[in-house]
Amino acid sequence: MVGWAIALHGGGGEIPLDLPDERRIPREIALRHCLDLGVSALKSGKSPLDVVELVVRELENHPDFNAGKGSVLTAGGTVEMEASIMDGKTKRCGAVMGLTTVVNPISLARLVMEKTPHINLAFDAAEAFARAHGVETAEESHFITPENIDRLKQAKEFDRVQLDYTMPTPKEPESFGDSQTGTVGCVAVDNAGNLAAATSTGGFVNKMVGRVGDTPLIGAGTYANQICAVSTTGKGEEIIRGTVAREVAALMEYKGLSLAEAGAYAVDQSGPKGTCGLIAVSANGEVTMPFNSTGMFRACATEDGYTEIGIWANNINQKTEE
Amino acid sequence: MGRWAIAVHGGAGIDPNLPVERQEEAKQLLTRCLNLGIAALSSNMSAIDVVELVVRELETDPLFNSGRGSALTEKGTVEMEASIMDGTKRRCGAVSGITTVKNPISLARLVMDKSPHSYLAFSGAEDFARKQGVETVDNDYFVTDDNVGMLKLAKEANSILFDYRIPLLGCAGAAATESPIVMNGLPISIYAPETVGCVVVDREGRCAAGTSTGGLMNKMMGRIGDSPLIGAGTYASELCGVSCTGEGEAIIRSTLARDVSAVMEYKGLALQEAVDYVIKHRLDEGFAGLIAVSNKGEVVCGFNCNGMFRGCATEDGFIEVAMWE
Repeated sequence: MVGWAIALHGGGGEIPLDLPDERRIPREIALRHCLDLGVSALKSGKSPLDVVELVVRELENHPDFNAGKGSVLTAGGTVEMEASIMDGKTKRCGAVMGLTTVVNPISLARLVMEKTPHINLAFDAAEAFARAHGVETAEESHFITPENIDRLKQAKEFDRVQLDYTMPTPKEPESFGDSQTGTVGCVAVDNAGNLAAATSTGGFVNKMVGRVGDTPLIGAGTYANQICAVSTTGKGEEIIRGTVAREVAALMEYKGLSLAEAGAYAVDQSGPKGTCGLIAVSANGEVTMPFNSTGMFRACATEDGYTEIGIWANNINQKTEE
Repeated sequence: MGRWAIAVHGGAGIDPNLPVERQEEAKQLLTRCLNLGIAALSSNMSAIDVVELVVRELETDPLFNSGRGSALTEKGTVEMEASIMDGTKRRCGAVSGITTVKNPISLARLVMDKSPHSYLAFSGAEDFARKQGVETVDNDYFVTDDNVGMLKLAKEANSILFDYRIPLLGCAGAAATESPIVMNGLPISIYAPETVGCVVVDREGRCAAGTSTGGLMNKMMGRIGDSPLIGAGTYASELCGVSCTGEGEAIIRSTLARDVSAVMEYKGLALQEAVDYVIKHRLDEGFAGLIAVSNKGEVVCGFNCNGMFRGCATEDGFIEVAMWE
């Protein structure tokens, strides 16, 4: 099988199986919309790098996902966003962290990759760089949703970090559990086998100011080379120590595993138990979306007509066109 | 019971015209740090504690580019970063954008041990340092006269290198004509990488690694290099501990430290083969070096540039301090 493929995610974690329709349906619609956007772009010959940026921008702009507008809040009630992007063929990459006013962090990461000799710019300097390049910025109020103000309040009441953005009112502290979700990402491959990956997030609810997660770290949250492209989601601290995104590629290169085997191994063996998910595509157009959490907002499509939009392990809305 | 091993580094890429007395100072510092680590290991200190102890010593001495003696940002200030990792449970801690903490490696250790997070940066990291009560100093403490002079040279070199009307070679100041090696776009005499790191395996076979740096001379404020990035500058697993140094961007995109462990885990390579493999196959055109220990008590240094300040020792009595190939 050789052909284009695309996958995207809106975060994984302890997504309740009885998620009310009014919370589930808008997210499913957004996943479908973003998938359609990405598929059309690939079909019209856009490079995978352009496609993953385009799709992640759209996910950032959607207030129901934890990235860009809708980012969760730090312990200080502020937003601190981070993102990274990587091109598989050249292995060029860019990353940003500690953003407070940039509407689309993923596009700033792309600019760091293309307009600086560096890979990773952080905090005030990243903001200054954004202004120097005239990217769109907004007041902090643009990013902060009423729902996230409530979540921070609840998290503070339980005095712990939490990232379950799907439930407005957890009944007891345990339901925060280790649910460390909420990130968006996209991976894509074109007919020529060019690959790219991108990931963006607001981080944790009630995270310490200055906390950096896996999302802006090349090899942890994002990785792409000539073999595959990967974007991860889950408990960042443990994804960092497992270098989960790089792991998928390393297992294919060094152990000869297939994309599906490598993805499953990375999630089960290298990632955090119960709080890890990833999406990946290979150079020959395969796609895999493994996770060990309750659910992961996800969607994918391949050139041979397969599409899938799903939240939990079961209840997958998939079809194959002839 | 296994046998301990230790390696330290003071950066990859060395100015061939580095004054002899400075070469001697570097060797003496590496020797002192090695002996400090050896004494700690002989008294059964754990690998992670030895790594922290030795990197603190390297940070405190102004010679190399970490802690006091860090390279300066374009604004003439110091912005340090560091990371540490304990291979036994793959626990890790990292800090970036540190401006007042005397020993960034110890703050990275505290992030690992005392925070729910793995990586803290800039004002959040500084606030955390104050809450933890670590020793802080004014930013001036880190700025040495040598580095003020180097920043001036770096700024001159940059302004000339960016001027397309003047041929590149021989125009980056007298220093550049004498040492035409270029790293990260700067003549090596000015670039002076000199990041520090330490890797240790103790008698119980526990591996640990730590890396600390001031980053690039004349860097943009807020530029993050490979040193604080787990998997890039630092990695430790059950099998090995690795600390990298050199052109940060090349190290980041190759996930250099992680890959030493990955080829041991997934390809079954021994430590020496693993280091040779990543230096040869993972770096593309980038210049870098690394030090590594295995849980079997082996120690290996590898680099693809003209030299690396390094020292290593094993319990068998092997000890070496070297600079060039």
